[in-house]
Amino acid sequence: MAILSQTEAQDILKKVIGYSTADECEATLSGTLEGNVRSARNSISTSGATDNVSLAVTSYFGKKQGTATCNQFDDATLKRCVQRAEEIARLAPDSPEHMPLLGPQQYLSSPQSFAQSTAAITPDYRARQMGASMDYCTSKKLTSAGFLNDRAGFVAKRNSKGLEAYQRLTNADFSVTVRTPDGTGSGYAATDYTDVKNFDAARLTAVAAGKASSSVGAKAIEPGKYTVILEPNALVSNSDASLLGALMRSFDARSADEGRSFLSKKGGGNRKGEKLFDERITVYSDPTNAEVPDLTFAGDGRPQQRTTWIEKGVVKNMYTSRYWAQKSGIPDLPPPGGFIMEGGTQSTADLIKGTQKGILVTRLWYIRPVDPQTLLYTGLTRDGTFYIENGAIKFPIKNFRFNESPVIMLNNVEAIGRPVRLAGNLVPPLKIRDFTFTSLSDAV
Amino acid sequence: MKRRDFAALAGLGAGALWLPSFPALAGDLVDPAQLLEPGLDVAQKKRLADVALNAAKAAGATYADIRIQRTLNQGIFTREKQVQNIASAETQGIGIRVIAGGTWGFAATNNLTDASVAKTAQQAVAIAKANSKVQKEPVQLAPQKGYGEVSWKTPIQQNAFEVPIKEKVDLLLNANGVALAGGASFVNSALFQINEQKYFASTDGSYIDQDIHRIYPTFGVTVVDRASGKFRSRQAMSSPMGLGYEYLTPKAADKVMGPAGSDVIGYKQSYDILEDAALAAKQTKQKITCKSVTPGKYDLVLDPHHLGLTIHESVGHPLELDRVLGYEANYAGTSFATLAWKAKNIPYGSQQVNIVADKLQTGSLGAVGYDDEGVKTKEWDLIKAGKLVNYEKIRDQAHIVGQQYSDGCCYSQSWQDVQFQRMPNVSLRPGTTNKSVDELVAGVDKGIYIAGNGSFSIDQQRYNFQFGGQVFYAIEKGKITEPLEDVAYQANTLEFWGSCADRCDERDYRLFGAFNDGKGQPSQSSAVSHGSATTRFNAVNVINTARKIG
Repeated sequence: MAILSQTEAQDILKKVIGYSTADECEATLSGTLEGNVRSARNSISTSGATDNVSLAVTSYFGKKQGTATCNQFDDATLKRCVQRAEEIARLAPDSPEHMPLLGPQQYLSSPQSFAQSTAAITPDYRARQMGASMDYCTSKKLTSAGFLNDRAGFVAKRNSKGLEAYQRLTNADFSVTVRTPDGTGSGYAATDYTDVKNFDAARLTAVAAGKASSSVGAKAIEPGKYTVILEPNALVSNSDASLLGALMRSFDARSADEGRSFLSKKGGGNRKGEKLFDERITVYSDPTNAEVPDLTFAGDGRPQQRTTWIEKGVVKNMYTSRYWAQKSGIPDLPPPGGFIMEGGTQSTADLIKGTQKGILVTRLWYIRPVDPQTLLYTGLTRDGTFYIENGAIKFPIKNFRFNESPVIMLNNVEAIGRPVRLAGNLVPPLKIRDFTFTSLSDAV
Repeated sequence: MKRRDFAALAGLGAGALWLPSFPALAGDLVDPAQLLEPGLDVAQKKRLADVALNAAKAAGATYADIRIQRTLNQGIFTREKQVQNIASAETQGIGIRVIAGGTWGFAATNNLTDASVAKTAQQAVAIAKANSKVQKEPVQLAPQKGYGEVSWKTPIQQNAFEVPIKEKVDLLLNANGVALAGGASFVNSALFQINEQKYFASTDGSYIDQDIHRIYPTFGVTVVDRASGKFRSRQAMSSPMGLGYEYLTPKAADKVMGPAGSDVIGYKQSYDILEDAALAAKQTKQKITCKSVTPGKYDLVLDPHHLGLTIHESVGHPLELDRVLGYEANYAGTSFATLAWKAKNIPYGSQQVNIVADKLQTGSLGAVGYDDEGVKTKEWDLIKAGKLVNYEKIRDQAHIVGQQYSDGCCYSQSWQDVQFQRMPNVSLRPGTTNKSVDELVAGVDKGIYIAGNGSFSIDQQRYNFQFGGQVFYAIEKGKITEPLEDVAYQANTLEFWGSCADRCDERDYRLFGAFNDGKGQPSQSSAVSHGSATTRFNAVNVINTARKIG
């Protein structure tokens, strides 16, 4: 049931819009077929599968709106759902931020967002991949804990003003933590794919295993300001907050205009057009990028286009709600799905070779905001932290707590590596000077 | 940035798109009146349970349990003078967990016909059998006797869903009005209400019907000083509770004053949102201009609404036996408090530290009659006079520590997620001799009083942590002298609890709540309370969090 074709989905949505007696009506049908398997201690721990299709109907009377949802699609249920949305709307207070629905839109095409290989994953496939990961660790006398989650789905939209959208998507995430049996070494690796044809859990597990073995016997060095090489897992995450994720989520124009963002300008207004980062920093989003294909429309039906957020260190655009865009007369840009940070050609290994003294950080974790005024965040290194001297890794070091702002970090750029896909983004490893570690952690 | 979740695009109206980020609001959006309609009756649920259990056994399961769950949610969201959204949601279905081939399998469906339930049970068994091919540690369940047909209800006085929405909206808008009148630039407020109607049955012979309620009013006040470009916020001092709407009818007996000179007010089993909103505006304005802390060692006096989160992170999580054993290594992490560490008898804290786990406390988020694998709930000691004595466990872990029974810590956020080990209420026992918060402060020469929970971060084995707060006050020579800003403290769990020097008595005891505690892959949310009285910790490292950006 989960993945309806464009025709099947729009046929249901046409019926829904036809049942509407409201001033305006919008309906969204989405479905996900999802499965997962989880392991720990080199053994399967839990697994599951869900199959769900859901319809959401939003009805508008003047400035009043109401939404109802259902997950059965016979005519009687569809009618009831529309009636419920209308009843809820009639009871709702007027919204002073109401915007009329969008009319027909032109969307980019991003056919690569769906891969049959991912949609066809079975419980046996998951068990086989996880089994290979666990077998690798067993053979190396290491202990693994992993998670594989795959999803295939679609989103279709239609409204009473003629807007029509449909797209299919697939995604698979795999992550694995490998530890030495005595708990003195730990490594991590993660990946995500739209198309799993090249996915090899054992190959990725070998990376985590290498980090685990080589992080045994970590030495303590003093906290302070260090040159660091932050691998992509230290910059973005699909399971935790992250420094670059936090930065890109802060590009909201309204918060900036209201004076409660690092992008607010002293005295009023925002800092669009100002150079706030190193001139080598350029960040954009593009739902048609072949490596990170994404939805070409936002939840409210606005088109997702290629959009530059930071260009050569200058704040180029901020995202906004439709209401705030109209009120402020600024470009009407929805928040992006993933983002792409431009980089160079160097691998992490190349960055290490070019480093006199520094620290290689595999991963940052438990990242939480400390001060939204400066976008200061705290968190810790984890799963492989190493001291670099004269272009080579010298020894593993104990983990640190950091207190750092991505704004300061992106002003202290020494080098930018080759971007790789992670958590739906393209992110390069970054070499940063004066990264602030404030205390040591005994955690492995 | 996390990849956009398909669920986030499930088409909730434009104004509601951010709602799915709050897991408790998952489900179909419905007319609020539907939240008062009865669900399936117990006889229907028992019959469906037997369909599932019989199908699982016929397919080869050696054990099976089912949860037929109907979850009702309502969230009301406002900012300044306007309602942003009112969402009422309902979700109902059955989750079936089985053991086959010594391996767990789980499947769920919202289609509650006999055929669909039986098919789902067979699917759970098929998944278990697929995984058993690569299974290396067969599941061992602690024995659990069946209870027959039993029931339990949260002892609420007023079902929040029965209160007219207008009354709830008016209360939030009044709170916003009070904050704006007090000088707030912006204010957001929200009221979350949850009712879990949960029916558990297992092949052990239990049929358990439970009706569980939770409520959480909250707000955030922001003051922007355009001239300096500075902005500061203060969150509500409310706690999410296992109570009905009576939590929002303030009673004088539930109000606890902070130390003289602090203008902090704490709340027990009822909350005065209007009083707190007025205080929040005053304190947030103060935060714009007050002194920035000088970093260094300070004696900290921590109010229960702050300390609850520190207990949660540095005691509650490290004593989850699944983390200790490595089952959460790939996500939440492991724990320093391993079985080998416990055997060394190293002190967890000072003699003052007595920490208890329970799923019984009235008004707490963790209170239920039975957990999600049919185990009757209880209270037990985790730390006695500073020594670790026990962990938090479920049925398939008990044998690992030589225990013949579960502690009743199993929970799932909904019918469609598999249950696993979650934190019970974990609380610091108050002092046994009379001591007021003023008497506690009087003993501090150079310190900081912290109220409310703020920024929090802790490593994956729960050694190194950093916490902020909502409001901070300098203590000099036994008296509160002035408010402070830019305060966070960093400590090591064992050093911190080792520095626990004194605490107030039970008159000051109150519950903090974590409404949305995340754990597991796929991640699930649970709600848990942490009680304590105001407590003193000596010589803790305080940092200054102020920075400058271009």
